[in-house]
Amino acid sequence: MSSRISELRLEKVSRSFGGVPALDGFDLTIKGGEFVALLGPSGCGKSTALNCLAGLLPLSGGSIWLDDKRIDTVPPEQRGFGMVFQNYALFPHMSVRGNIAFGLRMARVGKAEAQRRVDEALSLVQLVDHAEKFPGQLSGGQQQRVAIARAIVLEPSLVLMDEPLSNLDAKLRLEMRTEIKRIHQTLGLTTVYVTHDQEEALSLADRLVLLRDGRVQQIGAPEDVYTEPANRFVAGFMGYRNELELPVTSVADKSVVLGDLNGTRREDLGQVAVAAIRPEDFTVGDGPNAMEVDVEVVEYQGREQAVQARTASGEQLHLRAVARLAPGDRVTVSVPPERVLVFAADSPAAPEKVA
Amino acid sequence: MATQAGAAASVADARMALRHRLADRGLDRTLLLLLPAVIFIVALFIYPFVYGLQLSFQPQPGSEAVQQYGSGPFADYHNFFADPYLRNTIWTTLKLSLPGALFNVIASVPIAYRMRGRFRGKRTITTILVVPITLGTVLTAEGLLAFMGPTGWLNRLLLDVGIVDHPVRFTHNYWGVLFSLIISGFPFAFLLTLSYLSGIDPTLERAAATLGAGWWQRFRHITLPLLAPGLGITFCLSFVLAFSVFPSAIMVGDPSRQTRVISIAAFHAAFEQYDYSMASAIAMIMGAVELIVIGLVLGWRSRLYRGATGGKG
Repeated sequence: MSSRISELRLEKVSRSFGGVPALDGFDLTIKGGEFVALLGPSGCGKSTALNCLAGLLPLSGGSIWLDDKRIDTVPPEQRGFGMVFQNYALFPHMSVRGNIAFGLRMARVGKAEAQRRVDEALSLVQLVDHAEKFPGQLSGGQQQRVAIARAIVLEPSLVLMDEPLSNLDAKLRLEMRTEIKRIHQTLGLTTVYVTHDQEEALSLADRLVLLRDGRVQQIGAPEDVYTEPANRFVAGFMGYRNELELPVTSVADKSVVLGDLNGTRREDLGQVAVAAIRPEDFTVGDGPNAMEVDVEVVEYQGREQAVQARTASGEQLHLRAVARLAPGDRVTVSVPPERVLVFAADSPAAPEKVA
Repeated sequence: MATQAGAAASVADARMALRHRLADRGLDRTLLLLLPAVIFIVALFIYPFVYGLQLSFQPQPGSEAVQQYGSGPFADYHNFFADPYLRNTIWTTLKLSLPGALFNVIASVPIAYRMRGRFRGKRTITTILVVPITLGTVLTAEGLLAFMGPTGWLNRLLLDVGIVDHPVRFTHNYWGVLFSLIISGFPFAFLLTLSYLSGIDPTLERAAATLGAGWWQRFRHITLPLLAPGLGITFCLSFVLAFSVFPSAIMVGDPSRQTRVISIAAFHAAFEQYDYSMASAIAMIMGAVELIVIGLVLGWRSRLYRGATGGKG
């Protein structure tokens, strides 16, 4: 089973449920071997997109192409894609080995060959000692490894992962994240990964696709999306937690002045604009865009502190500080103008709290 | 004051300790709430059962069994198994109830399989499938007579269309009773199967699909193995219902020969010969046959996977 593809193309893929579009004109080209993360809050259409790719949901419009072959009309069992489900969906009545061998059995791979490939997959996910156990006897992380092994043992042309880490606890999630990255580096399988966790997406993916209400907001490398979010929604989602709504004083090409605040313009502005700033871009001490704030809440987080403060005009700010601060302190904080991203006030914001 | 408070505390400690000691042995005072149910079962099931059991070992003086086999405790049983007219009722009943229960279980699977998801009109279809459960067997039998009898609509239709020359006998024989068992037993089997099926996580089948399994393979390798233990239980319950068939065996059957089921024999002994101990013996034999069949099915079931099916529970 040759598995290399050179390109997977989604053209104007749409899907609606009862007239409400869940995915609207989704265009995306994925190169062979690439790791693409679909990122967005719940209800943004990312899982819909994945299910459309897997063939578990029919499209309402558009088409999907694997190189020159149109595949959106092919039933899921003939697409040859591996999928990892959020709840793992392991077959409870089959052993770990039976689960991993299932796809090979369906493909009528010879016994010896199947045995060899299952063993390979087992050692890849470090479960050799658990081969004869049943899913019910495994921990969550082990079940997740079985699900991954089951999906990749067929060396599918595309691996689909639907929030595979969301059911794990924080420590295990980090471990499995590294594991997924390692497996991708080892096998180089083209992967589409759905998540609502920006950190997960940033750390795993070669390219991010940000979705909101079924529409693409931005497609780009993790670094681009992180440092140069295309709009206010993406900024909010990528950790620009502080949003200050201020009147526009002056605009000169990319640099903008909002009241006392100097920032960088990211889109056309009206009378009022929003300055988006990451908590970690603030520094305590004098500098550009210096402002006095009153410290209200301090959370100790090891090397740093997460601080909630309030400006003189009553706006709440989140910032990170290495210096030890205490509630009630009045300090000066500053932020470089290139780290103050200015968006139009009427553009849609990210949901209040993401995951 | 202090000593009083101390004493009160130690009393509380003792009380706590008692409760903890009981808890260690798996006892809990709230178990007392089970008492009404236990009384209910003892009064309405265990006592009548034990009474019937001992009655079956006390043959009635002057009865046929005593005349032929003496007054020993097993005379009634001896009589039952020695007399082919009585003994054969076991086979007659099994011949009706086993195929009836098997058909109901097997037929319920594809229908329940299609009825799992959400679709328009689901409630209407379920209602139509389930309504026969609310009709008594007598009403079902009446309907069968009117519909499938020699002058019923079905025969008239067949005659008019010219498929047959003479009315076909659908009733007052084996088939009439089997139809009646299917009509009244199917909704029951369907409801049970549907609930077992909806307990199976639908993403399992989706996972199998992405692994290359077509619909038959998905059913064969994923759904059926997970459903099988439930089907075993459904079969047992359907069988027990069908094994005690009585009104329809008389109304749409041939109660003196082809469909002389075991409950007719018991009825005959109890209310025509007034031989209650013989009737009790027949009832005990009836129970034993049911137990054997259920034991076989459960023995088979114990070899299957019976853990979680990943569903809504």
